[in-house]
Amino acid sequence: MHELSLCHHIAGIAERARDGRSVIAVHVRVGQLRQVVPETLVWCWGMVTEDTPLAGSRLEVDHVPVVVDCASCGATTTLAHALVLTCGDCESGETSIRTGEELLVTTLDLAPATVPTAQET
Amino acid sequence: MGRFHRHDGEHDHEHPHDHEHHEHHEVGDLSGYATGADRVVVLERIFTENDRAADANRAALDAAGVRCVNLMSSPGAGKTALLERTLAHLAAAGVRAGVVEGDIETALDADRLAPHAAQVALLNTGDGFGGECHLDAPMVARALEELDLDALDLLLVENVGNLVCPAEFDTGAHDRVMVYSLTEGEEKPLKYPVMFRACEVVLVNKVDLLPYLDVDLELFRRNLAQVNPAATVFEVSARTGAGLDAWHAWLTRVPVAP
Repeated sequence: MHELSLCHHIAGIAERARDGRSVIAVHVRVGQLRQVVPETLVWCWGMVTEDTPLAGSRLEVDHVPVVVDCASCGATTTLAHALVLTCGDCESGETSIRTGEELLVTTLDLAPATVPTAQET
Repeated sequence: MGRFHRHDGEHDHEHPHDHEHHEHHEVGDLSGYATGADRVVVLERIFTENDRAADANRAALDAAGVRCVNLMSSPGAGKTALLERTLAHLAAAGVRAGVVEGDIETALDADRLAPHAAQVALLNTGDGFGGECHLDAPMVARALEELDLDALDLLLVENVGNLVCPAEFDTGAHDRVMVYSLTEGEEKPLKYPVMFRACEVVLVNKVDLLPYLDVDLELFRRNLAQVNPAATVFEVSARTGAGLDAWHAWLTRVPVAP
């Protein structure tokens, strides 16, 4: 639901990191617990970057599943449904989250510095 | 903060930090892309800027000796009715309480609370796209500038009514409290686990309606315990005032260091 404001944050990070160069793609890693709809995020990206130096860049979303460690039985399991964070083996609620809460910009793909692209014109 | 305060973990160890920016790699080293472009490793948490603003808010609140509580709920759970009661109680008890009122549009709630609060700052989040669904730290920072923090003991942030987005944004408040109302259904902790996990306290509101509803309060408590066993639960009625003493005691329990 807050994909639009996330895109503003992502654009701010990409704008600082691109060092004046054209951006082809921005890669983000989003954990499943982050309540983000990847399709919506990509759609909002187009809207947020329109008429900015990032216009035309792709937003690539790497969706990370929820993996929990169980304190009760020691198993590490990947959860198909992240509604209830119980152990995938013994169903204990004594779990700690290993992955699934990521929300970061991982990399930018930048156009070669010497070859201007359409986005720069 | 409770054991499920998710953002703390990130700060400490979960994610890479800002200083890792701008390491340059050959694209060929990384699988999947053969665009001929350069790949720059950024590894910056998307909430870095928000969390930095949240830390600044907390520092400003701490400096003024103000405890801040972020109050979240779905629309219609009774946050504003609860705040009317709570603010009246606090005023009578000599606690100087301010309110940051977050709404997409209108000053209706701020107007309701103004007679009871020492100070009110209104944040309308409408931005032309239909309005932000949550308060974030930079928004609360703007509200803090409007308030005279030195003249307050407690600041209650009434977030935008929404069970999804407010859970994701650290506003700089010291505690996060959720108002759940009995009419919402027992399964809500399972459907909105991120919100229910994000709170130290869950207020179960509208208990005066219990005799009229087919609602199983014990089932709700079991569902809540599945996603947040550490949550403190207060059963209250903002309409009758039932159960509010325990909530008010919790709210004023921690003397804030100057």
